[in-house]
Amino acid sequence: MWAWPSQLSSRGIIGMNRRNIRYIGRYNNRRLYPLVDDKLKTKLLAEKYGITTPALIGTVTTQFEVKHVDEMIAGHDGFVIKPAKGSGGKGILVIERVDGDAFIKPSGARLSLTDLHRHISNILSGLYSLGGTPDVAMIEALINFDEKLSEYTYEGVPDIRVIIFRGYPVMAMMRLSTAASDGKANLHQGAVGVGLDIATGTAVRGVQFDRSRLDHPDTGHELSSLLIPDWSGLLELAAGCYEMTGLGYLGTDMVIDRNLGPMLLELNARPGLAIQMANGEGLRPRLDLVEKQPEGLDVKQRVAFAQRHFARRGVLKNRSEPELAPSSLST
Amino acid sequence: MSRLPFYLLVGLLMALGIGTSLHRHIQMEVPWTPGEQRQVWEVEAIVDFTALGNPVRVDLALPTHQRGYRILTENTASPGYGLSFLQDESGRRAQWSIRNATGSQQLYYSVRLQVTEDRRQRQMVRPALREVSWDRPYDTAAAQVIERAWMRSSDPYTFARELIHDFSEDRQGENARLLLTQFERTPLLVRLLNQAGVHAREVSGLVLEDGRRRQTLTSWIMVFHDEENWALFNPRTADQGQPENLLLWEAGGRAVLEVQGGTNSRVTFSMLSRSQPAAAAVRSQLAEDTLLNFSIHSLPLEEQAIFQTILLIPIGALVVVFLRIMVGIKTSGTFMPVLIALAFIQTTLATGLIGFLLIVAVGLVIRNYLSYLNLLLVARVSAVIITVIAIISIFSVLSYRVGLNAGLTITFFPMIILAWTIERMSILWEEEGPKQVLIQGGGSLLTAVLAYLAMNNPWIRHITFNFLGVQLIIMALIMLLGNYTGYRLLELRRFKPVTED
Repeated sequence: MWAWPSQLSSRGIIGMNRRNIRYIGRYNNRRLYPLVDDKLKTKLLAEKYGITTPALIGTVTTQFEVKHVDEMIAGHDGFVIKPAKGSGGKGILVIERVDGDAFIKPSGARLSLTDLHRHISNILSGLYSLGGTPDVAMIEALINFDEKLSEYTYEGVPDIRVIIFRGYPVMAMMRLSTAASDGKANLHQGAVGVGLDIATGTAVRGVQFDRSRLDHPDTGHELSSLLIPDWSGLLELAAGCYEMTGLGYLGTDMVIDRNLGPMLLELNARPGLAIQMANGEGLRPRLDLVEKQPEGLDVKQRVAFAQRHFARRGVLKNRSEPELAPSSLST
Repeated sequence: MSRLPFYLLVGLLMALGIGTSLHRHIQMEVPWTPGEQRQVWEVEAIVDFTALGNPVRVDLALPTHQRGYRILTENTASPGYGLSFLQDESGRRAQWSIRNATGSQQLYYSVRLQVTEDRRQRQMVRPALREVSWDRPYDTAAAQVIERAWMRSSDPYTFARELIHDFSEDRQGENARLLLTQFERTPLLVRLLNQAGVHAREVSGLVLEDGRRRQTLTSWIMVFHDEENWALFNPRTADQGQPENLLLWEAGGRAVLEVQGGTNSRVTFSMLSRSQPAAAAVRSQLAEDTLLNFSIHSLPLEEQAIFQTILLIPIGALVVVFLRIMVGIKTSGTFMPVLIALAFIQTTLATGLIGFLLIVAVGLVIRNYLSYLNLLLVARVSAVIITVIAIISIFSVLSYRVGLNAGLTITFFPMIILAWTIERMSILWEEEGPKQVLIQGGGSLLTAVLAYLAMNNPWIRHITFNFLGVQLIIMALIMLLGNYTGYRLLELRRFKPVTED
């Protein structure tokens, strides 16, 4: 039921207090938070830095514009409406396809245009934003996510969380929505977290509700066969967010589009610790190693470093890296 | 990034807090626990005299704080007389005055003294040596007595002792007997001491004995060794040192009672010893207006009551900080539990819990309906506030009708905080389901109950109210907790599966 603190620290698990003081407090300048707390700002910034994000169909900033939203979405088969300052996936409405007057959610539920109006109006009045401040609604193109990954998820889009520390990708996991999580990719709501090997993008371990899991609870698909396509490209995209935001301890949420490849969905300046559970490994040794690295390496060098040093042992066996220093990092 | 300034600051706060608390405990005799008993003497002085029909002025010496005794309160009863308290370096005095008085007069002065552990001797001004002249044949007798005592002594104290010995019953010599026929014992001894170059004065003390009435002051001799050190001698037995039960009433070398316009004046004393809780003794202590003795007790009673509550809030904050950082309990609204706990203090725990659950439950039902109306946020929360007020009013009236007066205390709940709690819980319910509502609501209630238990503890109330330095210690503790990077208690459970592979 309970673990000893020494058991956790010997595995390098970091707790909330340490994350807050030692990493977020030290490496994340509060001045930079608005860049990630406002998804619209993140999106515009990402465009400037050449980081792909889902295409923006339009924004709604005033209640008056709500009535004209049908003109904006005309011609789009599917789209996503989200609050710019929402947190934890709150207020995100996915419309998979349009059938005449009806808008159909992934669950099959049909919404009318009035329902859309009300949802956008709620977003504008700040229902989903941090602290209830007035907000902006963003309408984005639907992500055509990779068919190969669709069997691992139930409804919602599976996203990939990569922790970027000082520009190095240190740990990654995939979040698969389940029936229990109501199509949302939030681990504490019951989504399955799958730890990913930084070197190869293959599954390491799966957890749901903080307990080990070998298959997806709804589709029954084996998690061990999971392999993320274009893994290095995804890591480089995620690592590039360090230059983009200047935040030292960053959670990047990535998705893979069938046609456009890896994309940045959103950023988080206070990423959670559940990723340690999904990987069965603590963040501490990896963060300690990155802290010893000098500043000024470019994205490719940092990703290569991470792939070399943060590989899991099972994978590492088949690789021959003569310059690899023996380290206590891999479990 | 050095943490040294941080630890210096915490250390400074800690030292300052402990220092001022110790100072208050030792200097002001404020006890650590509220239940401690302290002995208190009530002494009443009655001044009797016969007025002659002219303007009257009565001047009475008063006791001051001294070794072993601390003055708590003092009162006078003197119908028709004007009264003022005077203070100079020789001591405090009360002065009564009246334009016209005839016949037997009685003036009352009563003082409550707390017995203290303070053993330090009071600083006294050393009296100057007086020129002494004797008539014949007393001059030779005095010189011989001094000579005899001088030979057998080495310093002022031993000299005084030998001198007094020579005047005690069994060793009275011829010279001593001769001098005693002409002079009063105590003034005579002071005179002889002065002649020998020893600074001394006559002082008056009251021997405290429980339940005694119509007592008079006894005279004692204060002998100075040098500028600062002095000792008290009993002029009858030559015993050195102040007896435990001796209260120095007049120590400035002046008359105890001076009456102008009256005759047959005298002052008598009656006294009573009582035990009372130390907290009550502290409360009745006279406020001394120096910075270190800075005390909430110098405020009017009503403001004191407000401060008693305000000074408890840091305790509640400490509980919240501890539960969140060390334990990892989730609450809805960071310091909402402290405000709920403050309400519990007014309502008592059982009625408070029932009231809180009733208001929040009914509020959630009504809030659920409001969400169908699709209102903007501020308007909706305002509507919830009005709903909460309505619920509180209805419950108050209902419980009063049923005869439950405890129900009336429900009005102590902070309504706006409750409205926000309901709003937050309701959103939590919609987004994360009832389980999270139970976890966060339960966490908030648990925190509130623990904060209440801490804040309602009589010992903690006593300590926070009487020792302001404790606030600095709490501040230092909270800062230390804010620096804690270890695991939270609940994380030991959360991360347990990681250790199982």
